[in-house]
Amino acid sequence: MGKKKEKDERFRKFGTVSFTGTTRVNDFIDHLEQGRVTGTRCESCGKAFFPPRADCCACRLSKMEWFDVQGTGRLVTYSTLAFGPKGFEGDLPYTIALVDYGEYKIFGRIAAGIAESDLVIGMTLETKTNPLADGRINYVFHKA
Amino acid sequence: MNDVAIIGVGQNTFVRFYPGSVRELAFEGFSDSLGHAGITAADIDASVVCSAPEYDLQRSSAGVFAEYLGLNPGPTFYVETLCSSGSTGLKLAYSLVKSGLHDVVAVVGFQKMSEISSAETQERMGRGADIQWESPFGTMMPAYYAMYARAHMDAYGTTPEDLAAIRVKAATYGQLNDRAVYRKAVTAEMFTDPENMISGSVASPLRVGDCCANADGSSCIIVASAEKTKSFCDKPVWIRGLGSASAPVNLAGRDLFTGLAVARQAASQAYKMAGVGPKDIDVAEVHDCFTIAEMMAYEDLGFAGPGEGRDLINGKETYLDGSIPVNVDGGLLSKGHPIGATGGSQIRTMVLQLRGEAGEIQVPDAAVGLVHNIGGVGLYGNVTILAR
Ligand SMILES: [Zn+2]
Repeated sequence: MGKKKEKDERFRKFGTVSFTGTTRVNDFIDHLEQGRVTGTRCESCGKAFFPPRADCCACRLSKMEWFDVQGTGRLVTYSTLAFGPKGFEGDLPYTIALVDYGEYKIFGRIAAGIAESDLVIGMTLETKTNPLADGRINYVFHKA
Repeated sequence: MNDVAIIGVGQNTFVRFYPGSVRELAFEGFSDSLGHAGITAADIDASVVCSAPEYDLQRSSAGVFAEYLGLNPGPTFYVETLCSSGSTGLKLAYSLVKSGLHDVVAVVGFQKMSEISSAETQERMGRGADIQWESPFGTMMPAYYAMYARAHMDAYGTTPEDLAAIRVKAATYGQLNDRAVYRKAVTAEMFTDPENMISGSVASPLRVGDCCANADGSSCIIVASAEKTKSFCDKPVWIRGLGSASAPVNLAGRDLFTGLAVARQAASQAYKMAGVGPKDIDVAEVHDCFTIAEMMAYEDLGFAGPGEGRDLINGKETYLDGSIPVNVDGGLLSKGHPIGATGGSQIRTMVLQLRGEAGEIQVPDAAVGLVHNIGGVGLYGNVTILAR
């Protein structure tokens, strides 16, 4: 899925700190910049993947189409961190969470400004792109 | 009969900062196991070395240790499944002996977590899971286990006090273990005292007292064929059941959050292989890197029904004189958690129990023991059943 000839390190922009730059699903970053959170779907078996995968291990095929994460999911679980790894100190405290969309689940962060006391397991949330400083970007969960 | 036994076990005294090199650290656990087995390095045919290499400066430690421990020119193998590397090493050693390739194999586990700076450790911690899709959100090991704790509390009404009770038990026995790092008493009151460091939040709902500490340590398990066991050992402990499983690293790929699927799968395999069930286990060592991990282990191993782990700990059933003593050596919560050495330390405790050599923490007449050792946050699961 990469389209640039030089080393494609678009994924370096993902999150507060990214740990890898090269992946065959780098278009995910372009989609985030367009305001879309996307996963991939195997063109052969139809299985939806989030996080997006470049390859379907069941079909042993790498023909994938992108789909947009739409609608709402259900909060499965969460935790608010009082300590973070190196590079995340400025974000503290923040809440990581898992949201179930039925066909797939999404691991991410609760939008800043939502208090932990407002969270209830099972509540509906939606996933939105979230531009960060210095041209970086990720996605976060908002109340639906 | 092609059975496989453990004929000797050893570990060093786990410490926060080991004042020596990794090969010297490995020597301590190895030497302790040789003394216990009553054999010499010359009696060992092959070795398996277990660690998490991101904490090592030395590349390919297995080759370096083989020379330092006096094991050249025997072959050596390196295995890694994060915190369960020691149990994976035991499974490899079992396979090497069971297949007839080797007769006596040493499983050497080690970790010198202080080998790198604390800033480097913080950086490694950020890479503890799926570096592509999870780590950019700022994840840490305690936060993942905290997410399981939150789900367990929501599903079953488990409370932070129930989790604290597990730490209080661990500390009760940690005080008796002269190989443990943390040997102070911990009380339930410490968890509610805002002035006490124990009560501080790490990743909600887990507090400082719910988490084990890093440590430097080494362990060694000597595995032998039935024939060699006959000549070397009059108190063999037999490897009766081995189960292991893996799971998606990203939580988005999982379906279960009130227990660890890998632990359930590994337990089921190990029980089947050994021909026993949870009720047959006399004493257990479980992977209590966090209090919630021990709570889930009670249920994943079948010592309690789903959501009933809290009754087990609050009824003190997992204390020494309870119906199923668990981690009566203080667990990782007291001993500390030197990643590659942890599984070997758990197995060591179990072998001492089954040989009647556990001293103050001896479970009377222990005949069948279980060791539950988890790598990552349920990324790898190993369950081993041993019997005298
Ligand atoms: Zn497919």
